[in-house]
Amino acid sequence: MGFVENMIKKSRLKSPWIVHFDCGSCNGCDIEVLACLTPMYDVERFGVVNTGNPKHADVLLVTGTVNHRNRHVLKQIYEQMPEPKAVVSIGACNLSGGVFKDSYNILNGAHTVIPVDVFVPGCPPKPEAIIDGVVTALNALAAKMGLGPAPGAALMPGDEDAPKAAAVG
Amino acid sequence: MLSILGALGGVILAPLAGGLLSGVDRRLTARLQSRMGPPLLQPFFDIFKLFGKAPQATNAWLVFSAYIYLLASAFALFIFFMGGDLLLLFFVLTIGAVFQVVGAICVPSPFSQIGAQRELMLMVAYEPILILVFVGFAMCTGSFSIADVFKLNTPLLLKMPLLFLALGYALTIKLRKSPFDFSASHHGHQELVRGVQTEYSGPFLALIEIGHWLDLVLILGLCALFWHTSVIGMVLLVAASLFTEILIDNITARLTWQWMVQKQSLLVGMGLALVNLLWLYVA
Repeated sequence: MGFVENMIKKSRLKSPWIVHFDCGSCNGCDIEVLACLTPMYDVERFGVVNTGNPKHADVLLVTGTVNHRNRHVLKQIYEQMPEPKAVVSIGACNLSGGVFKDSYNILNGAHTVIPVDVFVPGCPPKPEAIIDGVVTALNALAAKMGLGPAPGAALMPGDEDAPKAAAVG
Repeated sequence: MLSILGALGGVILAPLAGGLLSGVDRRLTARLQSRMGPPLLQPFFDIFKLFGKAPQATNAWLVFSAYIYLLASAFALFIFFMGGDLLLLFFVLTIGAVFQVVGAICVPSPFSQIGAQRELMLMVAYEPILILVFVGFAMCTGSFSIADVFKLNTPLLLKMPLLFLALGYALTIKLRKSPFDFSASHHGHQELVRGVQTEYSGPFLALIEIGHWLDLVLILGLCALFWHTSVIGMVLLVAASLFTEILIDNITARLTWQWMVQKQSLLVGMGLALVNLLWLYVA
């Protein structure tokens, strides 16, 4: 069984399938996410496939401002993904609410709803930064399997005290 | 006894060949789109990863259907390597296809449901062609046995060139390649997510994928039968079929089901097959 388990561990890092959820972003981040799939960047080199289906996916890319309506959808998509999984939060709006921070209808970031492994700041972040975010998410997956240290998921200063969505109601 | 062991060995080795061919497919596809593409062993990484995911199933039928599909594909390939009966092979292959539809239709997901309806359309399109090709084999060899093909002295391609083209049609439809990829597709971002495979996840999706590899090997094996007299001929024929398949997959847009069932399958596919059969009958 040693061979199969080793192969499974190795393969998890070599075939991250992605589902991309847009919580109502301005589409800037979405365009940059999709740019990663074009011949210019071609993330399929690393086995990345954009599945569009949470049941097939390993990595969840979230963009846009999370609000009280779509946080249920976000949570549902996260729960439909089978373990092991990782979450990458992309863009200023998704990290902290961005320019909409502390608005009455906005939650200050996806990390208030689901556990986020990697934060990719930017408005919008470059495709290179997004690819780097996915690679860091793979390191987070590896750390969960006991291979190497976990990458430090750093929030922007001042965002740590954002209340969890459950507390907001 | 020896032939049974040989056939079993073939069935066990077939997933390796199928996975490798699928890796070649992905890489060639990437090159045709001027991308680098994934490593050649990428399909195996995907499968191992899927086996390592937490099992998650909507209901028991989904799991049952995945196993039956894989078993049917393996058994069809076993019959092929045994040199068995083409009609039996056809029926076993149909059982696998039917259970894929059953698996997709037993869940409430609309993506899966529509995928199942479209999969039935695909079956309506390719099964008549496949059975006509087998009738062609029978008219040339005098029986439905695959072993009898190898008793002939001349390649079958000379006698049934149009049937080979018709088999190419059936191949494209069975492998769900564009322009016939509307029930499920390996390319991301199609309108049905993954159609019949939407509700499968983790290990069960891996089973379906391995079944698909076995189908690929079986159908390329059928192509190889058209030039059984020389090994080089077989390899050439298989390579040409696969390359044409990938090329067509990349340069065509998806058809509607009406186009596929009425015009492409019935007129072109069946037309080619029937003309060839008539020619065999007269000659």
